[in-house]
Amino acid sequence: MSQATASETTDEGVIESVSGPVVTATDLGARMNDVVYVGEEGLMGEVIEIEGNITTIQVYEETSDVAPGEPVENTGEPLSVDLGPGMLDSIYDGVQRPLDVLEEKMGAFLDRGVDAPGIDLEKTWEFNPDVEVGDEVTPGDVVGIVPETESIDHKVLVPPGYEGGAVAAVESGSFTVDEAVVELENGEEIAMRQEWPVREPRPTVEKETPTTPLISGQRILDGLFPIAKGGTAAIPGPFGSGKTVTQHQLAKWADADIVVYVGCGERGNEMTEVIEDFPELEDPKTGKPLMSRTCLIANTSNMPVAARESCVYTGITIAEYYRDMGYDVALMADSTSRWAEAMREISSRLEEMPGEEGYPAYLAARLSEFYERAGKFQNLNGSEGSISAIGAVSPPGGDFSEPVTQNTLRIVKCFWALDADLAERRHFPSINWNESYSLYTEQLDPWWRENVDEEYPEVRQWAVDVLDEESELQEIVQLVGKDALPDDQQLTLEVARYIREGWLQQNAFHDVDTYCEPEKTYLMLTAIQHFNEEAFEALEAGVPVEEIVDVEAIPRLNRMNTQEDYEAYIEELKDDVAEQLRERY
Amino acid sequence: MQKEYKTITEISGPLVFADIDEPVGYDEMVEIETPNGDVRRGQVLESTSEFVAIQVFEGTSGIDRDSSVRFLGETLQMPLTEELLGRVLSGSGEPIDGGPEIEPDEEREIVGAAINPTAREYPQEFIQTGVSAIDGMNTLIRGQKLPIFSGSGLPHNDLALQIARQASVPEEEQEGEEGSEFAVIFGAMGITQEEANEFMDDFERTGALERSVVFMNLADDPAVERTVTPRMALTTAEYLAFEEDYHVLVILTDMTNYCEALREIGAAREEVPGRRGYPGYMYTDLAQLYERAGRIEGREGSVTQIPILTMPGDDDTHPIPDLTGYITEGQIYIDRDLNSQGIEPPVNVLPSLSRLMDDGIGEGFTREDHADVSDQAYAAYAEGEDLRDLVNIVGREALSELDNKYLDFADAFEEEFVQQGHDTNRSVDETLDIGWELLSGLPKEALNRIDEDLIEEYYVEDESEEVAQTAD
Ligand SMILES: Nc1ncnc2c1ncn2[C@@H]1O[C@H](COP(=O)(O)OP(=O)(O)OP(=O)(O)O)[C@@H](O)[C@H]1O
Ligand SMILES: [Mg+2]
Repeated sequence: MSQATASETTDEGVIESVSGPVVTATDLGARMNDVVYVGEEGLMGEVIEIEGNITTIQVYEETSDVAPGEPVENTGEPLSVDLGPGMLDSIYDGVQRPLDVLEEKMGAFLDRGVDAPGIDLEKTWEFNPDVEVGDEVTPGDVVGIVPETESIDHKVLVPPGYEGGAVAAVESGSFTVDEAVVELENGEEIAMRQEWPVREPRPTVEKETPTTPLISGQRILDGLFPIAKGGTAAIPGPFGSGKTVTQHQLAKWADADIVVYVGCGERGNEMTEVIEDFPELEDPKTGKPLMSRTCLIANTSNMPVAARESCVYTGITIAEYYRDMGYDVALMADSTSRWAEAMREISSRLEEMPGEEGYPAYLAARLSEFYERAGKFQNLNGSEGSISAIGAVSPPGGDFSEPVTQNTLRIVKCFWALDADLAERRHFPSINWNESYSLYTEQLDPWWRENVDEEYPEVRQWAVDVLDEESELQEIVQLVGKDALPDDQQLTLEVARYIREGWLQQNAFHDVDTYCEPEKTYLMLTAIQHFNEEAFEALEAGVPVEEIVDVEAIPRLNRMNTQEDYEAYIEELKDDVAEQLRERY
Repeated sequence: MQKEYKTITEISGPLVFADIDEPVGYDEMVEIETPNGDVRRGQVLESTSEFVAIQVFEGTSGIDRDSSVRFLGETLQMPLTEELLGRVLSGSGEPIDGGPEIEPDEEREIVGAAINPTAREYPQEFIQTGVSAIDGMNTLIRGQKLPIFSGSGLPHNDLALQIARQASVPEEEQEGEEGSEFAVIFGAMGITQEEANEFMDDFERTGALERSVVFMNLADDPAVERTVTPRMALTTAEYLAFEEDYHVLVILTDMTNYCEALREIGAAREEVPGRRGYPGYMYTDLAQLYERAGRIEGREGSVTQIPILTMPGDDDTHPIPDLTGYITEGQIYIDRDLNSQGIEPPVNVLPSLSRLMDDGIGEGFTREDHADVSDQAYAAYAEGEDLRDLVNIVGREALSELDNKYLDFADAFEEEFVQQGHDTNRSVDETLDIGWELLSGLPKEALNRIDEDLIEEYYVEDESEEVAQTAD
């Protein structure tokens, strides 16, 4: 978290009571959301309620042994993050304390009362100026470039609160993040580090309509339910249905410039997996290690609950900062339900009037404020940047009618509904194709026509129709068995099966199948469509359906996914299917 | 000096409220002495400058307003030493086996700090439990938390004991590595004397007690004590794993009783209840237990957890299994129907899951064909299960030949793969071979989850012909 404020105490109070993460203090001069240091150990907290002389504070660390009578110090500043080079390839807790630095300071277990700056204050970075003395700059303008990681150039921006004006002096070379690199004539100094309060969106000029898909390399997402760069999506599902795997897949393969991954109240091992895997994996777009475009925020389920509440804000603020540089950022939050529960827990300790299922009445407002911070934007400096926000939702008992799922669905435009039934039969990703939807499909069609194939939207619609027909036919099959259906319907079921098994299914753990480029997604589907056409021709020519489905080449439709050289494979497969079917009549 | 008060103002369920005039730390330990000299231990749940709320572990009966209250100035600690192995302790850590006092090497707060995710090592070592439904389909990994979801009256304890008895790491044994030693920590919460005997007899029969630490909170012991039992057990586990290099298997049973105790305390504090009356913070509370499983970089040992819970009404959407499933790395379902069919262990593999399986199996870990076999068996078993409903309506004759094969597969899968008996120990090779035998009852083209080369190598040819003939 932000450091500059740590020493400038403006007021002191005394602890009145302690109950878990909620502490009250008396005689503290504080504003709402000020950051305070609680007790002898200086545990970090935030003011969440003021009533008369009593200030209520949520504490971001364990409060065991903290006693009434101990002091509380106010920093007079809201909860802020440090923004500057060094955030990528980092892993933070919910209040932007770097976890690797904490490990160095206190070993394998997270102790409390230890603070560390969000970005290294000692490290020097190479600053390459982009302005000259005499240039006029305004807030948001790029004054220089810092090579941050192998794949990302960090742009140093005039902070939004500045007045701006003519440049009086410019430095070039190695500097720490707090040294002034540009000075303006009005005396304002610009360094590589700036701060921003997490609960406040960073300013932009305007929101625009997104028109480019965020390609995820996942067939069912790209192919059927695409999200736009700057879009919002929710992945609700019961435990073990694949939310985290889907989020990890997006973090790995999405064609964003920057990925911010927020592990909010979930498992420690899942974060460890990312830390171990990502440095080894290559970004399919740049060929550089994935970690060099990634910022991780980990507030696992056993870490303090108040910091769980703040971690999504920390994440989205960092995302906004890279957006301001003109980057396409993808933010994953796993799981937004844990964030909502943290709100509920704090709210109930405040004895606020509970709303639906005990959640505070402001749940819906908080969720929509969060997703509102996503979008495609025109930035202050004229560049375009985007934040795509994808939130996992963990509904109790897997029941989507609960408040967090429902309130989220009212806001987001992609709904990727995970299905326990599919997961049980190991159909992965277990995204239910009947229930899920994307409201971006139409606005992204031109992109597909232009970049993949003129025909793509039609082929997709064909697949959707077959799947729809299948689900109707399945109801009949449940009653009378498949063999009672007429031949053409039996054949449709067979085609639908290949769409499901050969196309929709995708194994995240298979070296080749884990990522599927849009061209392959398209070609695979055309192969199944081609089989459909050939098979119906054969049927019309009098070949019985049992013979058609018995054709040797057809099961190879289920193996297209694992082919690296898929173009040749699919060409050959199509030829074989046609030839072998035609031999029968 | 410990300050002593005689200022109890209210006693309500497991809680005692007392006025104070000097500040007391949150979570601090308390001793309450009744007029007849009984001493009860408790913990500060809420601390203000005027009064404190105390949660009493050993029950509040017998406490009155004349009882005295002493604050010990420290939070609840567990005395730790390797000598704990072989000992039987109460649910709050006092020896109850008649053995000597425990002379600790150190004492630790039982709340336990979170492991920094950067310090964790991703668990990847396969533990062979000798149980096909687990090894083959839901592999257990060292450092995993894998609960057993069961119902009342089902043989979950037999399965847990079988795992504790048979667990081994074949790779290590093969390479003749010394490897760290195995230890079992058994934390009982509110189980019956009979169940407790079942465990103790087995531990004694197999000599496992020597490498075990047992924490016993029985059904007639105070409910509130149950909230500290798993923390004592896990603090001991962490000590043995990360200081003394043991591979520790922690069995916690029954988590349902633990959660009931949480609910009781919540109600006594008049908290706003969450789903079905359980406290809103139950997710966080359970996570603080389950997340204490794992491995740490640079340390030899590991903590593997097998919590057992009985689902009220066999309903897995009930908050206890639901929240558990959201935290643990998979779950093993014990099934009532399979149990009445006599399948032993009656594991229903379809809803069961081991999330750490993918990285811990395959070439170099178990066998190259493991992932594909398991995937295919899942898909085929699910298909057969589906058809069972249909066959009741239309009869077998109305189904295609392939559908009939799926039905046969599902039956065989339960009777030959899952069924093995609580005393049979199968190697993972044996398990996978049985898998192939059953899968070979299906035509090769139907095995679309399995790599073609593996089919070449493992598919049992004549078997398929035999089955084809009998089906005719
Ligand atoms: N695309 C996929 N390919 C292969 N396996 C998958 C895929 N998606 C999910 N799985 C399997 O499902 C398991 C559970 O998935 P995941 O951990 O993502 O569930 P979840 O919805 O995040 O559950 P929870 O809410 O408990 O965190 C994984 O461990 C993996 O075995
Ligand atoms: Mg998850």
